[in-house]
Amino acid sequence: MNGNGEQKSLVERLQFIDRRIIFLFIAVAVVLPLLFGATLKEETTPIVQELFDFIEHLPPDSRVLLSFDYGPTTAPEIQPMADAIVRHCAERDTRLYMMAIWATGHNLTGSTIEETLKPEFPGYVYGEDYINLGYKAGNQGLIRLLFDDFKRMYSTDANGTAIDEFPMMQQIKNLKNFDLIVSFGGGFPGIKEWVLYAGDPGNIPVGGGCTAVSAPLLYPYYPNQLVGILGGAKGAAEYENALITKYPAYGKKWMGGMSLMMSQAVSHVVIMLFILFGNALYFILRAQRKLETGGGE
Amino acid sequence: MKRTVPLLITFIVGAVLILAEFVPHEPFGNFGEDFSLYFDIIAVFAFLLGGGNLIRVHVTKVQRKKKDWPFSIVTLVGFLGMLAAGLLKIGNPDGIQGDVAKLGSLFNDLYMFIFTPLQASMFALLAFFVGSASYRAFRAKNLDATILLVAAFVILLGRTPFGLWLTSGLEGSLSFLQIPNLANWIMGVPNLAGQRAIMIGIALGVISMSLRLILGVERTYLGQDNE
Amino acid sequence: MELLRSRIIIGITLLSMVLMFGSALAQDADKRDVLDSTAVRVGTFKKPVNLPIPAQLDVVEDSEGDAGSSITVSWLPSPDDGAGKNNVIEYQILRSESQDGEYVIVGSASRGMTQFQDATTTDGVTYFYYVRTISKDGGANSQISAGIQSSPQWFNTKDLDTFIIGLIICAAVIYFIYHAQKGKKFFLRQIAGLEAVDEAIGRATEMGRSILFIPGINDMDDVQTVAGITILGRVAKTIAEYDTKINMPVSRSIVMTTARETIKQAYVAAGRPDAYSDDMVHYLTDEQFGYVAAVDGIMVREKPATCFYLGAFFAESLIMAETGNSIGAIQIAGTAMPAQLPFFVAACDYTLIGEELFAASAYLSGEPKQLGSLKGQDVGKIIAMIVILGLCGLYTVASISDSVSLLDFADKIKGLFSAS
Repeated sequence: MNGNGEQKSLVERLQFIDRRIIFLFIAVAVVLPLLFGATLKEETTPIVQELFDFIEHLPPDSRVLLSFDYGPTTAPEIQPMADAIVRHCAERDTRLYMMAIWATGHNLTGSTIEETLKPEFPGYVYGEDYINLGYKAGNQGLIRLLFDDFKRMYSTDANGTAIDEFPMMQQIKNLKNFDLIVSFGGGFPGIKEWVLYAGDPGNIPVGGGCTAVSAPLLYPYYPNQLVGILGGAKGAAEYENALITKYPAYGKKWMGGMSLMMSQAVSHVVIMLFILFGNALYFILRAQRKLETGGGE
Repeated sequence: MKRTVPLLITFIVGAVLILAEFVPHEPFGNFGEDFSLYFDIIAVFAFLLGGGNLIRVHVTKVQRKKKDWPFSIVTLVGFLGMLAAGLLKIGNPDGIQGDVAKLGSLFNDLYMFIFTPLQASMFALLAFFVGSASYRAFRAKNLDATILLVAAFVILLGRTPFGLWLTSGLEGSLSFLQIPNLANWIMGVPNLAGQRAIMIGIALGVISMSLRLILGVERTYLGQDNE
Repeated sequence: MELLRSRIIIGITLLSMVLMFGSALAQDADKRDVLDSTAVRVGTFKKPVNLPIPAQLDVVEDSEGDAGSSITVSWLPSPDDGAGKNNVIEYQILRSESQDGEYVIVGSASRGMTQFQDATTTDGVTYFYYVRTISKDGGANSQISAGIQSSPQWFNTKDLDTFIIGLIICAAVIYFIYHAQKGKKFFLRQIAGLEAVDEAIGRATEMGRSILFIPGINDMDDVQTVAGITILGRVAKTIAEYDTKINMPVSRSIVMTTARETIKQAYVAAGRPDAYSDDMVHYLTDEQFGYVAAVDGIMVREKPATCFYLGAFFAESLIMAETGNSIGAIQIAGTAMPAQLPFFVAACDYTLIGEELFAASAYLSGEPKQLGSLKGQDVGKIIAMIVILGLCGLYTVASISDSVSLLDFADKIKGLFSAS
């Protein structure tokens, strides 16, 4: 019944459509592309290309610090970019130093190593080419301490082995010994803290991969304090596109970011269609009401 | 006395911490981090109150067979089970001395196979709620709402390849009208300007609120009416 | 005699020849030694090796604005840094407690860097420094610095501009509080969300349903949570008077105890201490999505008529707001998290944006002293607006006129408002 006690018209009923119908359309839009394995390439934008080019020009044996500052909730968005950057760094034969300033990042570091690095780069040796330093509490305070004395906080790796036993840790005294820091994560502490307490004071290049919601807040830091930013699944897909362009062998591999883009694109279109539909109903209803009040005078 | 002592503590601690921000000399220089640590320690002990309250509420529900009491059993089993798995390091390959989240331990299995998927599922609800919120909220009722609607459309299209396909013909001096470029401009200029203005306002609001608290003008948080 | 003389002459001649040959040998040896230290033998040839041009020490001073135990060493980069065949790999900083003593490496800096902070000094001890420029062929040393000691400072001069601006804003707030106390009236614009609070509580009372109050998911060390609790104090007073039910699930234990005390005092002040119950405020979980799942369940089961979301929120904001919308509740939200504001604006009936959350308590109280503090905030906004517009104008004019001095002036002003 509407406000006049009359039965609601179809237009009125549709305007306040049951949310579950919208949910159903969204579910189909998200799930079907994933089920069919549809992917979508994304043209790489300059903000992503800059980070790609920076890593591409790193000489072999460069030291790259990767900080996994995210949790399982944002992993679907951020994990593809972490995988893409790990692959790229390994292609460039750089040394990978992996750590986390989020407690939940520790597990994700491990799964990145087990599922991406080890299977795809079997020649990479732990302790010589890559190392898992694990999680340490302290948020931005930790970054400040690492800036001065890295080994004061990280005296062992994630497995409890003394840090000096690893050849790749010999030259590391503080954060200034790294050629690039890449932080994955859009929360606190995250990319902004790495820029404020490491990149800016130490003139260390910093790159970031974050959720789409957090990306706009980091734009002011690009390009002076951030080499590049990967924002959301789109950013991951753009980086994967750049990777495939440079290393065509990855074209045959399943890429997390590109696999999400078709779902994202289709669900965006569904949302837009519903918005248009809702506005059309609104204007039809408004016109009907105008006619009714006009007819009643 | 009941009013004066808390207000005095608030004033002294507030004033000292503000001063400590500008005075690096010992002992002031470390006050900020030290007090932060003290709060964390207190919060950890206070968790006993919260956890105790949770158990009491749900045990009462079960005892009195209130509405939906079986779900309280689920809550209690989940709470106590995870607590036991972590405290007793059940199934931990390194035993009681091992890291609580060691791979292979029951705690780690519960975290990875129950907690993490549940967290991800709740986060995934956002996709559905964004759809229903957009359908309801984006109506061109007036000029402001119409501008919001157009901006939302441009951003939604710009984040998909369809935006580029639709406007790829616009080149040269008109290339700024390509939807992805427009979307980036909206996010990077008016949106960012608005966010920065809000953040300036927030910072000023925090100063004003903090001063009211430190000076004792605002006392509602103490459970007292202001004089 | 003649034989003796000739033997002497021959002897002297031979001796001279030995001496000459010997000194020549010695010179050659010296040369060889010099050559050996700077040459690499390649087959039978010695290839000369060029060390990098050393960096020159610039300033070595006690680090500014710290608690001591730190000395900053600055140098002018080597001309071989980033150029030349002896490209610099890094700079090493060496230190000793006496000018002629043994020097040890205390740190290193990558190529391109011109400063190093030695944070391992002991206050009151004199140190001497020099910088060694390292290339792949070896190292070259700078001159040794004069003796320097580290010491703690009582004021961080790098934060002086922040201190002054903060002082101005605090002084403005206190000034307006004082004047408000004297009876001066200040204009305050209407905030729709706060005007609707009484209406929202009344709606819940009439419908016989509860009010759901969510103070955010951060702890009491977040000023947004404190703001939420102060608003709770005002709301609880009205709730106590109307005898409306309130349900306040929280995600932090300290927030639980504070909220209980606040509501209890409100009931006591309303003369209804017996109507208060500790179960009005209950703890759920610290975990973000576990908390919002529980809150959604409460909403769907109990169907509160009014929902207040006042505090710090993250990704769970839309989930709560949409669920509240689905049950037909009137929703008033307020947060200082810019990323969550659009979700609340889209899903809630009223939203307090940023500073309105902090102003809410003062606004609802109507007390002159509190309202005066809001006026003080405006002084800060005026300063911000003048500086932003002024600097934009300066940079525009400087860029149009290509004036270097104007640009320098604008940079200096900008530096006052930049974080150090």
